[in-house]
Amino acid sequence: MSTHSTYNMLRHLADSWGLLVMLLVFLTLALWPFRPGARRRNSDAANLIFKDDHDGE
Amino acid sequence: MDTIVTRTGFWFVVILLAIVAVALAQDAGYAAHMTIVALAAGVCLIVSMTNVDYTAVANGILRAPADPSRYDDDPIRWGVIATVFWGIVGFLVGVFIALQLAYPQLNFEPYLNFGRVRPLHTSAVIFAFGGNALIATSFYVVQRTCRARLAFPQLARFVFWGYQLFIVLAATGYLLGVTQSKEYAEPEWYVDWWLTIVWLAYLAVFVGTIVKRSEPHIYVANWFYLGFIITVAMLHVVNNLDMPVSLFGSKSYPLFAGVQGALVQWWYGHNAVGFFLTAGFLAMMYYFVPKQAERPIYSYRLSIIHFWSLIFLYIWAGPHHLHYTALPDWAQTLGMVFSVMLWMPSWGGMINGLMTLNGAWDKIRTDPIIRMMVMSLAFYGMSTFEGPLMSIKSVNALSHYTDWTIGHVHSGALGWNGLITFAAVYYLVPRLWGRERLYSLRMVNWHFWLATMGIVFYAGSMWVAGITQGLMWREFGADGYLVNSFADTVAAIHPMYALRALGGALYLAGGLVMVWNVWATILGHLRTEAPMSDAAFDPAKDRPIVAVPAE
Repeated sequence: MSTHSTYNMLRHLADSWGLLVMLLVFLTLALWPFRPGARRRNSDAANLIFKDDHDGE
Repeated sequence: MDTIVTRTGFWFVVILLAIVAVALAQDAGYAAHMTIVALAAGVCLIVSMTNVDYTAVANGILRAPADPSRYDDDPIRWGVIATVFWGIVGFLVGVFIALQLAYPQLNFEPYLNFGRVRPLHTSAVIFAFGGNALIATSFYVVQRTCRARLAFPQLARFVFWGYQLFIVLAATGYLLGVTQSKEYAEPEWYVDWWLTIVWLAYLAVFVGTIVKRSEPHIYVANWFYLGFIITVAMLHVVNNLDMPVSLFGSKSYPLFAGVQGALVQWWYGHNAVGFFLTAGFLAMMYYFVPKQAERPIYSYRLSIIHFWSLIFLYIWAGPHHLHYTALPDWAQTLGMVFSVMLWMPSWGGMINGLMTLNGAWDKIRTDPIIRMMVMSLAFYGMSTFEGPLMSIKSVNALSHYTDWTIGHVHSGALGWNGLITFAAVYYLVPRLWGRERLYSLRMVNWHFWLATMGIVFYAGSMWVAGITQGLMWREFGADGYLVNSFADTVAAIHPMYALRALGGALYLAGGLVMVWNVWATILGHLRTEAPMSDAAFDPAKDRPIVAVPAE
């Protein structure tokens, strides 16, 4: 494939399916902590840094 | 005994190879660098031959606690000291080059001219000060949040010392004129290869520790650290795909040329800001701010959105460094749009950090370390608003190539990266050395105000200088000719350059206060001082009203 047709192919992939896939992956990852039942997991994760308040003692 | 012989033999071979490289060297810079490598290997040879317990000696010098905690904290103690040391070096060199710009007589040719010392400053503050802070805090945080000791302890020590060798090779290279002339990626090919090895070792230690964790969750700070380590590895390798002219010479030529080369360079350059100076330091923020405030992060869900938005958006923002160049217009617009979108997650992160203090706002008054963290987050918010603004093409037409950019970078670097690092150092030192508290909280307060005043002088003067330059450069008269020569603009902003040097000097003075405070804390001294805040009490007035008989 010539340099120009590689460029064209990638260019069109980038503004169609590539863009859609990246958007969907992003939305899934960003909305993942909002799924039902995640509240407790989130609060556990946020508080885990205090479990060990004496820093290893 | 076998291991001593093997190790000694290994270092001996390294020394021999380095000496051969010195003998065959094509240029003086390469010869000097291989001499440094031979000396470093020589130190390693002596260490492995004499069989003295150097860890014990080092712990004696560093006054490490006699009873080491079950976490592997030695490389972190070294890292904190290296952070403070390289910070002072970087700030000092920064003040020097600021004075060179204001007073050109200070350019001492050839080794100490501005062109060679400026990359020394940028690398010293970003890679030496910032990099050591990131490595040390990541090793601290990953152990505490995984509740596991560091995986591969020997490799962790290699990461620390290997990184210091990288810094020394890079810094001496700049002064000797060894550079590939790419901003923030100046080191030549063999130093790049060395950093790649060190960085992969760093990745192995970090991921290894996460894998052997005893907590089910991977705390969000570790996500940011991991994002930083992986992305920096990718950026560094792609931007340094070079072909050396000779294996015994320092010169190399890049794979990418022309506008492609420029785009790769600024894809690297902007993501070095995005992942080294933002993601890595956000990891510090997500651990140290909640720990110092003694309350969990305001919203854990927001921190996850913050993470993924940064990862997905930052990587596209680089082209805004190439507005109005040969780069295709659509790529410039793409860079601009993604930069503007970045504003939202950045402010989400800032709000998340600040709101962690919700219900404990009084700590800003009573705890100077919290005050530093809050100021740092405020500067994070300010520079992540200013950045998207400057990436808009019409604003960039005024701001690009002017000192406004320098002011923007420094409000981010001095304000956000500097202050959060100082706060983390103040948090870590008493804990790492088993001290009851810092030597002095009031000196932290002094450091805070010196640093803040320094940034105000720095950013304020650079805004004025930048907009002055931008307006003078674009001004043309009725006949269509430019009104000002370049030298006119230099003369116009000379007072601003002097003020900038004053700002830098104030920031350096704050750093020196930190050195004193950290040093005294390590020695175990406690300064006798009045507490930072107390409710008012006057014993003279603390008495009942006594009835006085009428006369």
